[in-house]
Amino acid sequence: MIPEVALLLATPLLGGITLALLGHRERAAELNVVFSTLTFLAAAALVARIVADGPVTDAGEQFFVDSLNVFLVALTAFVAMTTALFSRPYMRIERDHGRVTDGGMRLYHSMYQLFSFAMLLVLTTNSLGVMWVAMEAATLTTVMLVALYRTHASLEAAWKYFILCGVGIAQALLGTILVYFAAEKILGAGAGSLLWTHLDAVKSQLEPTVMSIAFVFLLIGYGTKVGLVPLHNWLPDAHAEGPTPVSAVLSGLLLNVALYALVRCKVITDGALERPFASALLMGFGLTSVAVAALFLSRQRDIKRMFAYSSIEHMGLVTFAFGMGGPVASFAGLLHMTMHSLTKSAIFFTVGHAAQKAGTQNMDDIRGLVRINPTVGWGLMLGTLAILGMPPFGVFASEFLILTTAISLQPWAAPILLLSLGIAFASIFGKVQPMVYGDTVAKRLPHPPALIPVFTHLALVLMLGLYMPPYLANWYRMAARLIG
Amino acid sequence: MLAKYGPQLVNLLAAALLLLSFAMLTQRRILSLINLFAAQGFVLFLATALVAWLTGQHHLYGSAALTLALKVIALPWILHRLIRRLNVKWDVETLINIPSTMLVGIVLVILAFNLALPISSLAGTVTKATLGIALASVLLSFLMMITRSKAVPQVIGFLSMENGLFFAATGAVYGMPMVIEFGVALDVLVGALILGIFVFEIRERFDSVDTRHLERLKER
Repeated sequence: MIPEVALLLATPLLGGITLALLGHRERAAELNVVFSTLTFLAAAALVARIVADGPVTDAGEQFFVDSLNVFLVALTAFVAMTTALFSRPYMRIERDHGRVTDGGMRLYHSMYQLFSFAMLLVLTTNSLGVMWVAMEAATLTTVMLVALYRTHASLEAAWKYFILCGVGIAQALLGTILVYFAAEKILGAGAGSLLWTHLDAVKSQLEPTVMSIAFVFLLIGYGTKVGLVPLHNWLPDAHAEGPTPVSAVLSGLLLNVALYALVRCKVITDGALERPFASALLMGFGLTSVAVAALFLSRQRDIKRMFAYSSIEHMGLVTFAFGMGGPVASFAGLLHMTMHSLTKSAIFFTVGHAAQKAGTQNMDDIRGLVRINPTVGWGLMLGTLAILGMPPFGVFASEFLILTTAISLQPWAAPILLLSLGIAFASIFGKVQPMVYGDTVAKRLPHPPALIPVFTHLALVLMLGLYMPPYLANWYRMAARLIG
Repeated sequence: MLAKYGPQLVNLLAAALLLLSFAMLTQRRILSLINLFAAQGFVLFLATALVAWLTGQHHLYGSAALTLALKVIALPWILHRLIRRLNVKWDVETLINIPSTMLVGIVLVILAFNLALPISSLAGTVTKATLGIALASVLLSFLMMITRSKAVPQVIGFLSMENGLFFAATGAVYGMPMVIEFGVALDVLVGALILGIFVFEIRERFDSVDTRHLERLKER
C-alpha cells in the first residue's frame, strides 16, 4: 500500500480512537489539531506523488487516486485542519458558557476525527460499495455532532437529519445494487465489479435502461446529502443547530464529498447511455436548488440558517455546471467547489464568534461587530462579499465562468441564474451590513477568537481570484477532463 | 424435490415478505410491530439461505447468517429492550387512517412491479421474479415511515427498508459482495444504536416520543 494513502486514512482513524479516550482532557483540542495537521501533511504528500506519477490504484485496486479526487482530498484535509484550529478556542468558550459537558467534548473531538476519516475514505476508495458505506458512516458521525447541545432544537435537527439522510442514502444503496447488477453481466460476480476503474473501462457496454434507473436512485440518495432542492430540508436545520465548527465542515466539506460521489456515478452513466440523461437531471436539480434557495434567503432570521441556504444555492450552481458538462463548465464547477468550501467555512468561523458575542443567532440582535471586535466584523464582511461573487475574490471568477458557459450552452437557464444570484445578493448583503456596522452594547469575548483560519481562507480565495498558478489551472483542467 | 420446487419456494417466501410488509403497515401495536419486523427478517434469512443452496453461491450463506444475527436476533432484541425501558406499549396512531394507507400501499406495489419489469427481464437469476416484491417492500417501508408519528415505528420502518434492499440484492444479483454486505450491516447496527439513544434523549426532553413535537424548526 502506498504510504501516503495509508497515513491519510490511518491518522484520523487513530485520532478518533485516541480522542474517544482522552477527548475531555484540557489538551484534547490541541491533540485534535495535531491529528488534523498530520492528516493534511499526508494529503499534501499524496498530492505531490499524484502530480509526479499520475493516477494510481492501490492495495489490490481498493483505492484509486486521480487528479479529480486528489484535489478534493487536499481541500478536505486542509479545511478539516483549519476548522480544528478554529474549534479549539470556540469550543472552549462554549464549554465555559456551559453549553457542552466534558462528555460532550470527548464525543465532539472523537467524532470530528472519525468524520474526517469517513470523508477521506469516500474520496479515496475505488469501490462504489465502500463509498456508500463510508458515506453512511459520515452521516452517523455527524448526527451525534449536530445533537451535541442536547437542546430541543438540536435534537429535532439531528432527528430530521438522520431520518432524511438515512432514507435518502438507502435509495443510493438501491442504485449501487443496480449498478452492480449491470456490471455483473460484463465483469462477473465479485467485489471487482463494483470497482470504479473497472466500471469506467467497460462503461459503454453497461445496460442503458438499468443504468438510467440506477442513476435516478443514486441521484436521489447522494443528492439528499448534497442538499439539492427538494431534498434539502435537513440542511438548514442541521447547520443552524449544530456547533459552528460542525456547520463549517458540513457545508464546506460533506456537501462536496457527496457531490463527488454523484459525479463519479454520472461519469459511468454518461458512458453507458450516450444521451444526456444524467446531465439533464443534474441541470434540472441544480437550477431548482439555485432558484429556490435564493427565494428562501430573504426570509431568514437565523444567521447560520441563512448561510446554510446560501450553501444550497452554491451547491446547486456547481451541480448545474457539472450537468452542462464540457471542459469549461466542469473546470468552473470544480473551481467553484473549492471557492465555496474555503469561503463558506471562513464565514461560519466568523459567524460562530459573532453569535457567541451576541449570545444569539438571531440576526436582528447581532449588531456593531466592527466596533467591539473589528477582526470578526471585517472577516464577516469580506467573507460575505466573497461568497456573493464580488470581484476580485475567486468566487467571482468561477461564477462568471459558469454564467458565460450557461449563456453559450444553455441560454434559457442564464436569466434564471442571474436573477437568483441578484436576489441572493440583495438578501444576504442587506442583512449582513447592519450586523457589521451599527451600535451595540455587547462585550468582548473571554478568549481571543481564532481568526487565523478565517483570513487564511479569505487570502487564498483572493489570491485565486487574482492569479491562478499555471500548475493549479492545469490540474483543474485535468480533473475537469475526467468529468467530461 | 427441493431443487425442483426451489424457485417456487423462493417466490412463496417473497410473497410472505410482501404480506409481512403490509401487516406492518396496518399494525397498531408497537410490540406486534417489532415481532412482525423479526418475522420479516426471518423470512429474508430463509429466502437468502434457500437461494444460496439452490445456486451454490456460498457467500450468500454468509449473508443469510448476517441477516439471522442482525435482523432476527440483535435488532429486535435492542428494540424490545428500548420499549421496555421507555415503557411504551401503547397503540400506535397513524397519521392517515389504515384503509387509505392500504390503498396507497397497493398503488405503490403496482408502481414497484412496473419499475422492476425492465430490470427483471434482463436478470439471469432464478429469483428474478422477486425483484418487484423487493422494490415494493422498500416503498411500503417508506410509506410506513411517512404515516407514523412515533419515533420507534419510524425506526422500524427504516430498518424494514434495509430488509427490502437486502432482498433486492439477493433477488437481482445473488447478493452484494460480502465486504459490502458487512459494511452495510455495520452501518445499520450503529445507526440503530444511535437512533435508540436519540429516542431516549427525545423522551427526556419532551416526555414523549411523538415526533410531532419535533416540528418547531421550519420556515416561518
